[in-house]
Amino acid sequence: MFATALSCALQGLAGIPITVEADIAAGLPGFTIVGLTDRAIQEARERVRAAVRNAGFEFPARRLTVNLAPAEVPKEGTAYDLAIALAVLRCAGRDISLRDTAVLGELALDATLRPVTGVLPMARSLRAAGVRRLVVPLANAAEAAMVEDLEVVAAPSLPACVYHLDGSRPLPPAPPGDAEATAEDDGVDLGSVRGHIHAKRALEIAAGGGHNLLMLGPPGSGKTMLARALASLLPDLTPDESLEVSAIWSLRGALHERPPATLRPPFRAPHHSISRAGLVGGGSGYAQPGEISLASRGVLFLDELCEFPRPLLEALRQPLEERSITVGRARGSVTYPAAFTLVGAANPCPCGYLGDETRRCHCGLRELQRYQSRVSGPVRDRIDLVVPVPRQSYDVLFPDRALDEPAEPVRNRVGAARARQVQRNRDLLDRERTRTGRRRRRTAALVTTAGTTPPRPSSHVNADLDGVLLLAACDPTPAATRLLSIAGDRLQLSARAFHRVLRVARTIADLSGNDRVDEASLGEALRYRGETAR
Amino acid sequence: MTLGPIRHIPRGATGWPPELEHLELSPPELWVLGDAIPAGPRVAVVGARVATHGGLQIARRLGADLAAAGIPVVSGMALGIDGAAHEGALDSGGPTVAVLGCGIDVCYPPSHRDLRDRIARGGCVVTEEPPGTVPAPWRFPRRNRIIAALATALVVVEASDRSGALSTARHAADLGRDVFAVPGSVLSDRSAGTNRLVRDGAIPLLETADLTAVGCLAEALEGIRGRARLAIPPPTFAGAPARRGDRRHHAANELPQEQAALLARIGADPVHPDRLAAALRLSPARLAAQLAGLELAGHVRSLPGGLVARDVPPQPGAHTAPAVPSRAGG
Repeated sequence: MFATALSCALQGLAGIPITVEADIAAGLPGFTIVGLTDRAIQEARERVRAAVRNAGFEFPARRLTVNLAPAEVPKEGTAYDLAIALAVLRCAGRDISLRDTAVLGELALDATLRPVTGVLPMARSLRAAGVRRLVVPLANAAEAAMVEDLEVVAAPSLPACVYHLDGSRPLPPAPPGDAEATAEDDGVDLGSVRGHIHAKRALEIAAGGGHNLLMLGPPGSGKTMLARALASLLPDLTPDESLEVSAIWSLRGALHERPPATLRPPFRAPHHSISRAGLVGGGSGYAQPGEISLASRGVLFLDELCEFPRPLLEALRQPLEERSITVGRARGSVTYPAAFTLVGAANPCPCGYLGDETRRCHCGLRELQRYQSRVSGPVRDRIDLVVPVPRQSYDVLFPDRALDEPAEPVRNRVGAARARQVQRNRDLLDRERTRTGRRRRRTAALVTTAGTTPPRPSSHVNADLDGVLLLAACDPTPAATRLLSIAGDRLQLSARAFHRVLRVARTIADLSGNDRVDEASLGEALRYRGETAR
Repeated sequence: MTLGPIRHIPRGATGWPPELEHLELSPPELWVLGDAIPAGPRVAVVGARVATHGGLQIARRLGADLAAAGIPVVSGMALGIDGAAHEGALDSGGPTVAVLGCGIDVCYPPSHRDLRDRIARGGCVVTEEPPGTVPAPWRFPRRNRIIAALATALVVVEASDRSGALSTARHAADLGRDVFAVPGSVLSDRSAGTNRLVRDGAIPLLETADLTAVGCLAEALEGIRGRARLAIPPPTFAGAPARRGDRRHHAANELPQEQAALLARIGADPVHPDRLAAALRLSPARLAAQLAGLELAGHVRSLPGGLVARDVPPQPGAHTAPAVPSRAGG
């Protein structure tokens, strides 16, 4: 006797449909699972045997072989339990219809179904591979139902699943995810932040162009609060983007913290004691997306940036350049999206009081140089905006709040600026592509290897502009060009600093609705370059 | 690029500065890079490595004024005040002498490589240590006695209580040189050393022309009396009549009104732009753009912490044009 059931394996965000084949042969009773499996799948034998028995079915007392095909794909985790159990039951003669149906879930010994991680990306890939129906554990139903045109059934247990599939007691399809459901908003409303006039403007610019931001300020000046406020300024994700973000969170089994249908960009703030695998992804055993992928399409906030070990910061280089991270592992490599906006916060010096108006910095020169060199190099090159955040005593300074702008108009400006730049940058990119007939490296890198997830579009924000495109997008006025050459002379800007200033100027002009970068935009951008002239 | 040959001058040979004989422990030899050590009265300008914005400005302008009057500026090429004094001298095209505490072929601090090259081209670099000697903490006090000996007068611009510049001042006093100190606020411990020097009998230096108190400098400095004040002139609003004879005021008057009003709020003490925005009711965008304009024109300088402070733009015609530092050097 021979029977199959369909399940799914994951490589990064790409799902690969896995056929679970079961064969019963004459011989001494035994149960073997083959097909490049890990420990968890070998242990499935005991779970499946007990669950089948406790569900009231008979476990075949003959020579039983289960193969997970294709056998060359490495498989890990407990999501195959349900498929193995169903394949075994079909093989033993039970009449279960599994046409166009895939099943996912871990079995408990009492035959109830336990949730597994990565259901959303698996559901997406299965749908793309032609699967029409999917059975998942109850707790995974909401995320699976996010996938369009896929009938999702939430089964509480193995017998419920069996009776649903053989038609004796069908279960209702799970309702699609609710787009209105938003995560409990832990964001900080910009309007509630007092003072910090320049820092708030920098937040607006960072949100407006997707720029990475570095805040320098003494301890307790409100850097964390400002970073959260930035997340609240970012425009809503598109449903597609949200789905991609939720898929990553699903891989980490973290969707209980973030409803899968929410359109708000994520905010992640890992502590500096985090491991490399925790930050960028990977790890031994299961490959897991790291914090940078969880923060994709949102904000990655690194407080005390200088306290992060240097190798960790260096590891951020690839994701900052390519908007994705490739984690090499023994059995091949996986690629996760990592299109985050980096917000760093650091004390200006080890003691924290360099540049403070009232307190004196006690740091030695050597100490200071060593400290500041920590944020130099590749990461610093990708940070367009640097803004000092002074300690506030504004409750005294501002009896009225005329200068504290409410969040709504800022958010509107950000939204409008994003719309402008995406339109323009996309047009420019298309024109450039037809001209050169080449694809941009950054976009090419976004196509995941397995090909089962659709290639993600570049976000076309100003922060991604570079080289020819940047100049074409800026189109500076004659006065701005003059100012630029003066600035180049006086401030001795490096080529990279030059580009950073131009990118920021482009966003400032977008915020005020200008087609060309003018003198005022450029002048303001120069103030955020973060290099003090000697 | 090459910096020319390193010359070795044994004690008493041609080019040996006779003032070194005043030392109890005169060095046996000198190594010189660049021109010969200029003869005649020289002024040493020294101070702390970790200096305030104001201190650096004072050092730079002192250096510039002295060099413009043809008086060689001697200092230690250290970070902070020393470097600023050399830079000021070089900017006005005058002679300057850097005395090192390491071998002539060693650049310390390494970040002053450009400055070292400029000094070697426009002045001279001197040391008593043989080539290849690495810098060590105990070599700097030794070096300080040479700075003191080479100078006719010594100005300490900014020094805390424990600054190495105080050891230079002690050497100078022992050698009978005139010691000047730029006083600072009694609240600031960065001026504690200089203030104590004043209390102990050093001559307070409020403007470059105060150095005319030294007899042999009076003639050379006669030309700048009353002109080279160190204090930053109070900024004027646009439209205010410029005082005659002070060309610094003209620049402010040529600014657009908004920039001039902004400049009026910025003094020598660093201030945060948020305060300016609050005081002037300017949007942060507008304020940042105007500040950038002022910064590029040289009226304002950006400091750590995003603070800004008043700066005095280079005065066209007052000295020779500042040399564009070569990045390709070294």
